[in-house]
Amino acid sequence: MKQSTSPFVLKCRVNGVSMERELPSSRSLLEFIREDLGLKGTKEGCGEGECGACLVLLDGRAVNSCLMMAVQVHGKELVTIEGIKGRDGGLHPLQKTFMAEGAVQCGFCTPGLIVASEALLRRRPKATLEEIKLGLTGNLCRCTGYEKVLSAVGKARKIKK
Amino acid sequence: MKEKLSYIGRSLPRKDALIKAVGAAQYADDREFAGLLHAAAVRSPRPRIKILSISDARARRLPGYVTLVTYRDIKGVNKWPVVMQDYPFLPEKEARFAGETVALVVAATARAARKAAALVEIKYRELPFVEDPLKALEKDAVKIFGDDNVISSFVIKKGSVDAALKKAAYTAEGEFSTNYQVHAYLETQGAIALPESDGGMTVHSTTQCPFYVLDAVAAALGIPYHKVKILQTVTGGGFGGKEDVPALVASHAALCAAKTGKPVKLIYGRKEDFQSMSKRHPGWARVAYAADKSGRITACRVNYVLDGGAYSTLSPIVLWRGTVHAAGPYKIANVDIKTYAAATNKVPCGAFRGFGQPQVCFAQESLIDELAEKVGMDPVQFRLKNLLEPGDRTVTGQKLNSSCGLKELVQTVRKRSGWDKKAKPRAAAGDVATGIGFSATYYGVGLGAKGRYLDRAGALVNIYKDSSVGVNVGNTEMGQGALTVLAQIAAETLNAPYESVKVEEVDSSKVPDSGPTVASRTTLMSGNAIIEAAAPLRERIFKTAFSLLSAAGADASKKMVAAGGIFSMGGKSVDFRKVVAECWFRRLKMSEQGWYAAPRTTFRMEDGQGDAYVIYSYSADAAEVEVDLKTGVAKVKKIWAAYDVGRIVNPRLAVGQAQGGILQGMSWALYENLIYKNGIMVNPNFTDYVIATTADKPEYDITFIEKPYAGGPYKAKGMGEVPLIGVAPAVANAIKNACGARVNSVPLLPEKIWKELKKVAAR
Repeated sequence: MKQSTSPFVLKCRVNGVSMERELPSSRSLLEFIREDLGLKGTKEGCGEGECGACLVLLDGRAVNSCLMMAVQVHGKELVTIEGIKGRDGGLHPLQKTFMAEGAVQCGFCTPGLIVASEALLRRRPKATLEEIKLGLTGNLCRCTGYEKVLSAVGKARKIKK
Repeated sequence: MKEKLSYIGRSLPRKDALIKAVGAAQYADDREFAGLLHAAAVRSPRPRIKILSISDARARRLPGYVTLVTYRDIKGVNKWPVVMQDYPFLPEKEARFAGETVALVVAATARAARKAAALVEIKYRELPFVEDPLKALEKDAVKIFGDDNVISSFVIKKGSVDAALKKAAYTAEGEFSTNYQVHAYLETQGAIALPESDGGMTVHSTTQCPFYVLDAVAAALGIPYHKVKILQTVTGGGFGGKEDVPALVASHAALCAAKTGKPVKLIYGRKEDFQSMSKRHPGWARVAYAADKSGRITACRVNYVLDGGAYSTLSPIVLWRGTVHAAGPYKIANVDIKTYAAATNKVPCGAFRGFGQPQVCFAQESLIDELAEKVGMDPVQFRLKNLLEPGDRTVTGQKLNSSCGLKELVQTVRKRSGWDKKAKPRAAAGDVATGIGFSATYYGVGLGAKGRYLDRAGALVNIYKDSSVGVNVGNTEMGQGALTVLAQIAAETLNAPYESVKVEEVDSSKVPDSGPTVASRTTLMSGNAIIEAAAPLRERIFKTAFSLLSAAGADASKKMVAAGGIFSMGGKSVDFRKVVAECWFRRLKMSEQGWYAAPRTTFRMEDGQGDAYVIYSYSADAAEVEVDLKTGVAKVKKIWAAYDVGRIVNPRLAVGQAQGGILQGMSWALYENLIYKNGIMVNPNFTDYVIATTADKPEYDITFIEKPYAGGPYKAKGMGEVPLIGVAPAVANAIKNACGARVNSVPLLPEKIWKELKKVAAR
């Protein structure tokens, strides 16, 4: 595969801040986030869209950043785990409940799970536990057995941001 | 009298939860350094090759390309120091499995390095290879390891099994097999090596065993240990998969750094992690049990083979643990166990939660149900009649002490699951049959007799002037919660506020070699080392507190009480911070090192008799399963489990370990199916190798029965591996109970269940 060298001027908002960056059009969104922006909270677990560790919010929807090109976020609003915050700028309710319930173990899947849960609860603030269970099947976690993850998301429904 | 404890037994908040929840935790790939180069591995394409030449002529034309690293660049000894030392850091003439690293390339970016690796040309000749471990043991097999392909072999012999089988009123016999399990830690393997100006090397490594990494990097570079420093990064899951192989990955990074003189990062992609990093061994077992008229087990024979893969790595030790536990947690007078680890030209297998036990446990606990059926007893009643109790001897002749709650566990799970009502075969509801299955297991905590020279651990406790406490240990946090549990132990011993204690990720230069973070040994080993380090500090602090309280006019005839960071006596009190300030003012030593070596264990090679492990943990599981009779699909609805792992230090974390272990065991039992075809792994990714997701999660019901272990820190034993071991046989037994289908091979795939259902229908 020949590396594309044609540069592209990318304009988007990242975690609430407008930005402009020149980059090769072959850049993946995950590379852009981790290497160009230095935002290391978004993880690469598989590089093939199978594990959910690299999820970010693109205009409010959760997407696997390893499967997208950076140029696809042109003109859009990107939120990474670093931009997931409570209304007061402190911890987001999901972060609070993940910690309180014991949903965090090795933590590598945690940013992706919190992003996925945020997208899910934005879409359906009153999602049932069954809907949450089915809504998070795209996020692999090998530590927790998922129970505490699901209860954390369940409890976050009741907390105002 | 029960001692009053401030922090032990409480679900205190996890120390590392916050940085992980906000995405700030720095895993290996998250660390950046000025001038960092990137490495990628060049891998063998075939199961067994003679290497003729390696050329980077095409790679050299790539922008950003730096260099090729082969075995010729190894200044030290080209033998990775694990157990048997047959695995070279980089192969010289022959590569023995598809995916083996044969060389490395270094480039300016990770992307360029990966491209360069693909452009490196290996000229090779294919050699005949061995794929099937049972065939590997046949006389006319191609020899790839010694003169018989046997990596390792053990026996346990007691009494006369032949005589007992002849006399038996009932016998049950069967052949069972289990497939690979991929660790699927979400963070792949990786390391960063930074050359130091004195010729030394600092390595950041995602690992369970920083001291294995130290051994390997020093050996590969041919430099003394004091010039090598290993810093464990936040580690994104291990499960045994980051026991041995991180040392290989880190050594490769270090060789690249040594050659280029620049910091080098080597991060694995998921596919190469599947293809080349360690796995749970596929296992094969033929088991026979005998029982007398009353249902007492009289004999057990086991032939057990593990597929070791192309290099021995940890196979001898994995096999040994499997051997010791192969007959199950029962009183048996006559035992004949023979085990082998066979070499094949596939990925080398190593440690995975349970470490050689789950494979053989699946066989023997399935067969115990078959034997109970022949005897005409309920499987739980049958187990209760035969299970080990305090004072009994295991099959290796080890007498169990009072810390053995196995029968209570079985009774607890029996009650909580409603076993007595559910165990009788139920009529299917339409196409769905429901059943329940049971299992009981034991687990030797720590390394045991075969690893006893490594079974020690150090700790360093520093109490700073501001009264914050820094603790360094040699065992690692990999997600299980070690940083938290060990902080609780330190806080308890010192009467320091929990919030003021910080346990750090391992720095190999701060504590002596503490062995690996495996075998559910961290709480026990590092916990005891912390208590030893803290004991003299505690004495100084408590004496100083007493003198401060006395000086303040407290009635010294009253007993001083220390709890939650406060010292009080006769109506006066003083906090930890003030006491520590006074200690410093008095120039007392506020830093201590501790050391703990496990008690002696023994194992006689001729007959496998001895005190194999210092102490055992126990589990009982019941699984309720639904089987779709049309498709053979099985779904686990609920798992009831009870554990005796000694005193629980942090209940929330313990439950987390239990739920995670159960799901990992269930996922292995039902779904996970790594496939080799002609020596090539065909499904090295999460699309084709399926692991359990939220949708598969069963309901969990978890109980702890805490049988205190006097030798453990605050009477704790070990927890991490226990929950996984008994899940697969409980699920298999539940499937049998639901629909009559006995499936003898893991994973319990729908097509296997369906086939057995046809047989049942034909009967």
